[in-house]
Amino acid sequence: MTRTRKAMVLGAAALVSALTLAGCSPAAQNDDSSNATTYTQDEIDKALSTPTELTFWTWVPDVQKEVDLFEAKYPNIKVTVVNTTGGTQQYPKLRAAIKAGEGAPDVAQIEYQYLSSFRQTGSLSDLTQFGADEHKSDYVDWIWNQVADDKGVWAVPQDSGPMGNLYRTDIWAAAGLEGPPSTWDEFAEQAAEIRSKTDSYIADLPGNDPGQMMGLFWQAGAKPFSYDGDKTVSINLNSPEATKVVAFWQDLIQKDLVATDPDFADEWYQGLARGKYASWQVAAWGPLFLQGTAKDTSGLWNAAKLPQWNAGEDVSGNWGGSTDAVLAGSDNQIAAYELAKFINTDEESALLLANDQFLFPTTTATLKNPDFVDQESEFYGGQKVNEFFAGVSTTVDKDFQWLPFMDFVYSSYNETVGAAISDKADMVSALDDWQNAVQEYATQQGFTVQ
Amino acid sequence: MTRPTAARRSTIDRTQTRAAWILILPFLIVFLLAFIVPLGYAAYLSGFTSQLVGGEVFSGLTNYTRALQDPQFYAGLSRVALFLFVQVPIMLIAALALALALDTGRVRASKAARLLIFLPYAIPSVVATLMWGYLYGNDFGLITQLFELIGLPGPDLLDKSNIVGSTMNIVCWEFIGYNMIILYAALRVIPTELYEAAEIDGANQFRIAWSIKIPAIRQALILTVIFSIIGSFQLFNEPNLLYNIAPNSVGTDFSPNLYAYNIAFKNQDVNYAAAIAFLLGIVIVIISIVVQSVVNRRERNS
Repeated sequence: MTRTRKAMVLGAAALVSALTLAGCSPAAQNDDSSNATTYTQDEIDKALSTPTELTFWTWVPDVQKEVDLFEAKYPNIKVTVVNTTGGTQQYPKLRAAIKAGEGAPDVAQIEYQYLSSFRQTGSLSDLTQFGADEHKSDYVDWIWNQVADDKGVWAVPQDSGPMGNLYRTDIWAAAGLEGPPSTWDEFAEQAAEIRSKTDSYIADLPGNDPGQMMGLFWQAGAKPFSYDGDKTVSINLNSPEATKVVAFWQDLIQKDLVATDPDFADEWYQGLARGKYASWQVAAWGPLFLQGTAKDTSGLWNAAKLPQWNAGEDVSGNWGGSTDAVLAGSDNQIAAYELAKFINTDEESALLLANDQFLFPTTTATLKNPDFVDQESEFYGGQKVNEFFAGVSTTVDKDFQWLPFMDFVYSSYNETVGAAISDKADMVSALDDWQNAVQEYATQQGFTVQ
Repeated sequence: MTRPTAARRSTIDRTQTRAAWILILPFLIVFLLAFIVPLGYAAYLSGFTSQLVGGEVFSGLTNYTRALQDPQFYAGLSRVALFLFVQVPIMLIAALALALALDTGRVRASKAARLLIFLPYAIPSVVATLMWGYLYGNDFGLITQLFELIGLPGPDLLDKSNIVGSTMNIVCWEFIGYNMIILYAALRVIPTELYEAAEIDGANQFRIAWSIKIPAIRQALILTVIFSIIGSFQLFNEPNLLYNIAPNSVGTDFSPNLYAYNIAFKNQDVNYAAAIAFLLGIVIVIISIVVQSVVNRRERNS
């Protein structure tokens, strides 16, 4: 079907150019419609053998290793890697470059929750035209839903963050507890035991990490956002599911059973290393991060499932992870897509990303690759942590969407719910404040709020 | 009779004027490109309202009226006003005291002392803020540990109620040395005969400082005051970095500059940010003019 349309468009283009040659009519209109069709293999091969220069913005450390593999396979394509150090630093630059109409890269790393914001400005290429939708079955299904919808495929998944519970076995033993909590009710009971029998808190709930809270919402089945890709959004931050999560933590915080230190800050690193927090509800990228931060506690940790809201269930959420997207303004669309695809799906490159850069994989192939899952981790007492989280990945709820302005949503979180966490104040009413602030912003920015 | 002279003077004037313009040209170009053009662009931007959906529309002064009713803008302004009335006097008095002490020549190893006091200014404010943030740490920070050593509970210096004071401390630490150097340099140019005369008249060091030195470096003092006023209103680096350490205490509106930055890059509303920046600029100009005119009036009176 698409192939035939492509042929028709080509035919039409030929006709129009013939007419132009005859001096009859301008030939400019057909560019857009040809973008919507699938490229043929010949066109793709031709693009990959034409000398091309690509720019790639990312903050994956040492990504040059994977880029080298790509360049070895396609020697005519030169890739310039720009390390943008992080999403917070990159997005404003990317937006400015897009707005200016020059200086934007061909491929950019974008986190799942920010894809909508670049879609809304029409800055992302629909990868369906390169046949990206054929790769749907290569990915864990919830991850695919993060990059694709019924209107197109907007990026190639790079890494993911299914959530689990890393806990200190020694502190659990010192508190006389048998094992990690299987439900949140049990978590609350154990929190009291740990607080009274050890010097630790069961966990830390930072007031500056909306990403973690979103992961917890995700697990609880909350659907705070939806976006139709155009102008309509829905915002439901104070839904019963989200309120349940917030009220649960509020109770623990007000009883002083959970710490409230900002995460990824000095004090918090120290807290993790010195056992101030006995567990960390974190994504699959957490285990390796922790290993680097709390070296002295090697062998004392173990990975478990997130506590469940209903006994017997097995549901998780996602925290973090990112994609590589092709910018609509790129002059080398085909080569750009191949770069994004190669880095994340080529067997060698994907394994390198997983094992060397510790990006938790998104493709089912890598998640089953023995070189990845069979590693035993000394830090976790010999547990096969990768295999464990690969299992968690299959339990992540499949339908979670984002708003096209998560920068505001997150900074507003810090001022409402986050502030309530750090003040040990009323988090549930702060959740309403957050809802109102986001709703007001959406309306002010011209969105239709459903 | 006067004609030839007038003609000669005017040719001199003309060539001199031309030379002056040529000499000033490089500056003018940079000034135009790096200052006037961006300023004009910011003014232009502030006249529009942009939406993520719908794009930009000309809206006249809407952004300004919105800013004038924005409690977060006022909260930031009042915080920097607090800096102006509390932190600036503390910092300048300390700088003056140190400069006077060094100038008496009675301090041993005064060169080393001068360097040590000036050193914090040479440390980038990024490093300084991160360092202090570490010292302030609630559980494992040095200050807390010192308190615990003598058996007292450590103060939470990164708490909402203490964060303004903690920031003031960082700014003082960074800029006392800088102001001290300006004042010290001014002290060095005072002719020493004045001190000799004063000593013969029986004045002690305090009297000399109060009656000769301070009046003599009046201009330098005014300079440091004006710089400090502008500096406090432009407060940005320290709260922006402390935001990573104590996000919920600092907030997005700690200072008007930080607020404008967050509006531009987190809320993606460049137009409103431009209006806030302009209003802040106007406030700074007004306060600087007021301070200068007060000083000038006093000078005329005395």
